[in-house]
Amino acid sequence: MREYRLLPPESVRSHPASYERLVERGFERALNRTQSLSPKTIIQEVSDAGILGRGGAAFPTGRKWASVAEAPFRPKYVVMNADESEPGTFKDRVLLMDDPLGALTGMIIAARAVGAHKGYVYIRGEYQDVEARVAEALRMLETRGFLADGLTIEIRRGAGAYIAGEETALFNSIEGRRPEPRVKPPFPTVHGLFGKPTLIQNVETLANVAVLLSESVQWFREKGTDRTPGTKLVCLSGAVQNPGVYEVAFGVPLKEILFSEELGGGLASGRALRAVLLGGAAGTFLTPQELDEVQYDYPSLRSIGASIGSGAAMVFDDTVALEDVLKLLAHFFADESCGQCVPCRVGTRRMMEILESPDGFDDAERLRDLGRAMQDASICGLGQTAPLALLSYMDRPTLWKRSAV
Amino acid sequence: MADITLTIDGVRVTVPEGSTVREACGQSGEAPPVLCFHDNLTPANACRACVVEVEGSRALVASCSRKAEQDMVVHTQSERVLNARRVVGELLASTSDVSLAPGVQDLLSQNAGDPARYRTGATWEQQVLDDNGLYVRDYAKCILCYRCVEACGEDAQNTFAITVAGRGFEAHIDAGFGRSMPDSDCVFCGNCVAVCPTGALIDRSEYTLRQTGAWQEEAVSTTETVCSYCGVGCDLELHVLDNRIVKVTSPMDHPVTHGMLCVKGRYAYQYVQIEDEMPERA
Repeated sequence: MREYRLLPPESVRSHPASYERLVERGFERALNRTQSLSPKTIIQEVSDAGILGRGGAAFPTGRKWASVAEAPFRPKYVVMNADESEPGTFKDRVLLMDDPLGALTGMIIAARAVGAHKGYVYIRGEYQDVEARVAEALRMLETRGFLADGLTIEIRRGAGAYIAGEETALFNSIEGRRPEPRVKPPFPTVHGLFGKPTLIQNVETLANVAVLLSESVQWFREKGTDRTPGTKLVCLSGAVQNPGVYEVAFGVPLKEILFSEELGGGLASGRALRAVLLGGAAGTFLTPQELDEVQYDYPSLRSIGASIGSGAAMVFDDTVALEDVLKLLAHFFADESCGQCVPCRVGTRRMMEILESPDGFDDAERLRDLGRAMQDASICGLGQTAPLALLSYMDRPTLWKRSAV
Repeated sequence: MADITLTIDGVRVTVPEGSTVREACGQSGEAPPVLCFHDNLTPANACRACVVEVEGSRALVASCSRKAEQDMVVHTQSERVLNARRVVGELLASTSDVSLAPGVQDLLSQNAGDPARYRTGATWEQQVLDDNGLYVRDYAKCILCYRCVEACGEDAQNTFAITVAGRGFEAHIDAGFGRSMPDSDCVFCGNCVAVCPTGALIDRSEYTLRQTGAWQEEAVSTTETVCSYCGVGCDLELHVLDNRIVKVTSPMDHPVTHGMLCVKGRYAYQYVQIEDEMPERA
């Protein structure tokens, strides 16, 4: 049930940023192998492996690489998005602490595949330990000459804004501007950082590239489902016995992630399960019954209106009133909205105020109109997904007003 | 340039390549409403009043900036579009004083919006900032459309005296660390005032007259002339009330100015109306 591909198994004891680790994990093999492959072949392998972006949007990685590679303008950039800031999401932190060379190897390969000579690793400002670990790993790669073809990689630190993790806001942040999201299209693949074609990928996506190219497409596809090959890091938090980051194959029953002894280990309190918030703060509440019915895969979850998102799963037992959870989430989004567009700037504030008022949940039409306008008309993913948890709660009457036991 | 054909509300429309969806909508019917969009400024995409539904696109699309594409299928009156427009109007009216913002008022009335529906707490009510002789800043009326920032920046003046500071509901226009305008980089060209759609930025003369109840919009006449200060030849519109100049603007479609002036053209008109004060010849 528990997999070890992206996360090193316990038998791996070498220092995470060391050359020994690079060899032990097979990443040196991946780097050497890709040096002799043409960019086209590398992109073909990534496409054939069927890797989907792990940052939340699940866009086919190979298609993104091809798009940047084909874009006519130069220079091109490659960016690793390590601005992980969503409540309940902490996988990139663990991944970069435990095995920073995987994502960096993926990044070096990506740069070669799309023709970029400059890379940025954008790390959440609060992750100072992570930054130090990545810097150490990067120095080792530089010293040993793994940054070939004049590639330079620079670390940039976020300054405490969740919105800076939105890819186009992240570009503005690197450029020294306010991290306000840009309108898409044009997409980053043709008009990204400094207005140039840019490949931006989540940490976990790049780590997948490293393990793929150290092995083979066939090996990669042995885990997961046919449509979603590979493994996924799950951030399990809340009322489970063993909260933490786990690696599982796509397609496992969602219930197993919570209850399997080697994973969540069941509810810590021994009480009944009330709900799971799947996908992060901008995720979907699932009822215990829904949990029984679905697999951890995109098509299965889509059938009940949910998604994997960033990989977060927050578990609530029956001592928790979900109304209180919704208030906290609303607070988060009101704090983190950049303020650029009206539906998000004012909408996140109003949602927080309405949910905090004593009869806030009573006027369902007002809440729903607001949620839908935010979802439909906001510029970026923050405003568009800020109301999702609330809307999912409103769609599931069995979750309503069952206050704390 | 090649032509693009797309479908808008069931009607096939052909427009030149490079046209926006909104321009295409305007050709077959009514162009979607806008608040932040201005013909002479880069679209800020901030107000979201102009959103339309484009088939194949998950979220609604800002029609003011999105380019029309071949065979695009656009809906301007779908339930999602109308809800978004209505809520945008309601959210703005719940936050800001929209008494001098006809665009927001129209958005509310055309979409059966209730300005009180989302008045659930905080507003932008605040003190009027009155720190210079030429214009007044009443940010309780601001809707954060970014027009002033763009006019001050690359779109016209290239002075970059103001920007947006703060985030979320606290985002606001700022001249840098809360400085007053005289302490800022402002050159008092008034181009921000010219493009403000809500009266948040208002010329002192108009502000003073409104305060005393003496401003009569319908009694203001305009006279066109050419600025006499330098050789550029900026077209001026003198707004006159009771035979006194109360405001100077330039036509937004004028090829020389595009509506933008300098501090002299816009504000240094007092000499015109100083009569009978010529010194006696010796």
